[in-house]
Amino acid sequence: MATPNNKNAEGQGFVYLPLIAGWLVPGAGHFLLRKWGRGALLSASILGMFVLGIAMQGQLYGSAHDILDILGMAGDLGTGMLYFLSRLLGLGADLVQVTTADYGTRFIVVAGLLNVISAVDAHNLRTGRKV
Amino acid sequence: MFKPSHFAAVVLFALFASVVFGITQRETPQRMVRYGLYCFVLFVGSAIVLSWLMFLIAR
Repeated sequence: MATPNNKNAEGQGFVYLPLIAGWLVPGAGHFLLRKWGRGALLSASILGMFVLGIAMQGQLYGSAHDILDILGMAGDLGTGMLYFLSRLLGLGADLVQVTTADYGTRFIVVAGLLNVISAVDAHNLRTGRKV
Repeated sequence: MFKPSHFAAVVLFALFASVVFGITQRETPQRMVRYGLYCFVLFVGSAIVLSWLMFLIAR
């Protein structure tokens, strides 16, 4: 539905840019919209969660063999560039062997899900659904 | 390798998730802080309650 804010958003460049930027780099969507404080907090939270997950030897899902793997990989992909960069650098464990690593795996998946929420929030700010 | 205790892991998880929930689910800074704190207390509180419940069931 076209609200006054939506009308203002039209014709000001690519509407989905904050959504895509926010997905690729945590907090970037908010930075593009000049929401510096929110972006910094979101970036620190998501990056912190992801880095702690990796530090706990959490698993990065590289292939999907069953439904749980598919869901885990979908969550991991939510972190955007962090996921691809970590896969390139060979970070994360291949097998979860200790309890802490299981926590780490969840931290990484949840970091991805939180990043998706954050990117959608940036999109809502961009379209005027949220102020 | 970072090896937090179970409780430290819960607190860290709750902290990061609450910050994101607070910022994304509310519109004004004051309401963001209040909702973030609310989520943090619920995360940690429910973990403590469930832990005691499991402890008592297991006895």
